Amino acid sequence: MSHHIRWLVFILLLSAFALWVSLPDTQSIVVDSNNDGESEFRLNIQQSLGLDLVGGLRVLLKADLPAGSYTAEDLQETANNVSKRVNALGVTEPTIQVLQGSGRILVELPGVTDPQEAIGVIQQTALLEFVDFSGLGGQAQTYEGRKVITTEQIIIQQQRASVAAESSVEPSAEATAEATPQTETALPNPQTNQPFQTVITGAGLQAAAAEFNQDGTWHIRFELTPEGGQLFGPFTAANIGQPMAIVLDGIVLSAPTIQAELPTGGVITGNFTEQEAKTLALQLRSGALPIPLSVESNERVGATLGQESVNRSIRAGVIGVIVVLTFMLVYYRVPGIAADLALLVFILLNMALFKLIPVTLTLPAIVGFLISIGTAVDGNILIFERIKEELRAGRDLDGALVVGFDRAWNSIRDSNLSTIIICVILFFFGQTPGASIVSGFAVTLAIGLLVNLFTAIIVTRTFLHILVALLRQPLVERKWLLGV
Amino acid sequence: MFSLIQKRRYFFLFSAFLIVPGLIVMLYSLATTGTLFRLSIDFVGGSIYEISFTGPGATEANIQDIFARFGDENASIQQLGDPEQHRWSVRSSIQESAVSDQVLAELGKIAPVDLDRSRNESVSATVGEEVTRAAVYAVIVVGVVIIGFIVFSFRQVPNAFRYGVCAVAAMIHDVLVVCSVMSLAGLLFGWETDALFLTALLTVVGFSMQDTIVLFDRIRENIPKYLGEPYETIVNRSILETIHRSLATQLNAFFIMAAILLFGGETIKQFIALLFIGLVSGTYSSIFTAVPLLVAWEKGEIPFLNRPKLEPVEA
Repeated sequence: MSHHIRWLVFILLLSAFALWVSLPDTQSIVVDSNNDGESEFRLNIQQSLGLDLVGGLRVLLKADLPAGSYTAEDLQETANNVSKRVNALGVTEPTIQVLQGSGRILVELPGVTDPQEAIGVIQQTALLEFVDFSGLGGQAQTYEGRKVITTEQIIIQQQRASVAAESSVEPSAEATAEATPQTETALPNPQTNQPFQTVITGAGLQAAAAEFNQDGTWHIRFELTPEGGQLFGPFTAANIGQPMAIVLDGIVLSAPTIQAELPTGGVITGNFTEQEAKTLALQLRSGALPIPLSVESNERVGATLGQESVNRSIRAGVIGVIVVLTFMLVYYRVPGIAADLALLVFILLNMALFKLIPVTLTLPAIVGFLISIGTAVDGNILIFERIKEELRAGRDLDGALVVGFDRAWNSIRDSNLSTIIICVILFFFGQTPGASIVSGFAVTLAIGLLVNLFTAIIVTRTFLHILVALLRQPLVERKWLLGV
Repeated sequence: MFSLIQKRRYFFLFSAFLIVPGLIVMLYSLATTGTLFRLSIDFVGGSIYEISFTGPGATEANIQDIFARFGDENASIQQLGDPEQHRWSVRSSIQESAVSDQVLAELGKIAPVDLDRSRNESVSATVGEEVTRAAVYAVIVVGVVIIGFIVFSFRQVPNAFRYGVCAVAAMIHDVLVVCSVMSLAGLLFGWETDALFLTALLTVVGFSMQDTIVLFDRIRENIPKYLGEPYETIVNRSILETIHRSLATQLNAFFIMAAILLFGGETIKQFIALLFIGLVSGTYSSIFTAVPLLVAWEKGEIPFLNRPKLEPVEA
């Protein structure tokens, strides 16, 4: 008996922990054993919901170049650029995933309401500009990291506005809001209050690389295309000693001073660290060598639609579980109480695992979980039917319990295993971008089956033994309490 | 003891009644549409729209008209739910997201579209082909792995090979039942075969194995226990012993699925319905296909599989 008590304590502690984890308010696990305010262990646990539940946009982008004409790094750089733009859109928790091998980038933007705007922003290739900062003098440095408006940006905005005018979806407040929500207003040239003059764009750039100096600092060497040189040469010749700015997607990356005429290329010096130099070179290159992206598939779900799905799934789940709990209680009586308690533990453990692993819940994932609840009671049913049989065959109560659990174990293990194998295969099938919804179902069903191996056997056995110990006399006298 | 096994011929006939028309429907579908099922955009590419207009004005004709202007004369258009809600569903062959966006913009001219209550998805043919290829691989791998699993599970049983073959036969039975229903529903209600259909099918295969394994397990256990009894009696006893479990498990699965069907979201109802049909078929086939087949084989009733040194078959 004592080991059943030990198990009971363990199960109760585990359930309490699982309950705490699965509470919506629990957002992180923090361990700070010596109370110094600095945590030794910190794990953020927030239940993430799939696009079909929160609404938003999922786009599968494909490199619009023949395979082999770009490297894996190029694709990664392109994805980094996409990532930056998405952040500029102000999306919370975006997912940008490079699918190497198929030359694709998967972008998920929860909560985005205007897909055209988002896709437009993502697809636009990086705009790199060399901008005339002459006359700003020492003030030039203060613009680093800030957003500026340039003549080139105006041209692009006008082009985009004319395209958007042809295809406006809805004259709602969101749709008529400005094309690119900006966190900061773009600054014009303070001397004229007009946009800064763009000298050349990334199209005029051929290559860029970070190089190491003798004195331990880093600089960036860049080469221009002949067309780029024709514009950049005369400009630099006329502005020696003046600052100019390197601007990527409207943000000033750096504002170096022009040292000489640069008709074929040049060197950007500054107090760069190795990391800064490499990043800037990469940004120059990706501005000059972006991989154009085409949209291969997209999916957009309205937020209200998603919320309705969540509400319906929860309602369906709660009703289903209540019916199952009632059935087990009515059909199996006292063992049914043990099964119901075990089922509640099962649900808590699953919900905690979804947050801990973490599992992104989608509609099929919720279905997988609900189906696993059905399978979870199957283990108990196998055991209880066995116990009933043994009791009918004349075995005493304790003997029947032991044999029931013993014999049923093989069946439960083998049968759960066959479905777990299927889940593994389904999970891999779901790795195909077009079939990603399958993964969620496979993951939650498999987790449910694994948790069930624990709850159906150990948790149910513990509860049942303790119930039997408490109710021994009535159970021996009234067999119907055992469902016989 | 009530003997189910003696009536095995009726069970085989019943299964045939289910499967043969299903096969005919599938062949008909193949002949008329070129595929066994109505394939969804997951496999062939295209787009689906679920649109909520904020006001009246949309009709099948003017929606049709817009799609025709973008080159799809055969878009299938359906009004969803209460006409007051102005909800429409459209399935189209348009694959390019950009075109799909333009269509959406045009639809917005009929009446403003409530984007929060709408969804749309477009898939290119390339992505569809990849899903199709992955689906074929998944089916092949499941087939191989499940057979290996059965051989392994029953390695210590005499005639393990027979158990394996009969379990696979039951599995094929369930696959055919689910496919038949899908094919029929495709012709009658326009159900489309998507990635979730395959998920339902493979999950059914898993559950079908689960049922068959539980039953075979019991036979395996009962053979040494009732050594004097004829095989048929032992098998029959095993079925009767496990039938409570089968029914109770079915009922619980039914409760959960019925709850999802009645109260869950629209988008997964088809998935749940197929899963449920497969589950019922899985339980049926383990009791009424796999086991009777095992007995028929034992008694030498299956042509070409007679063991040479078999006792005379009683009537």
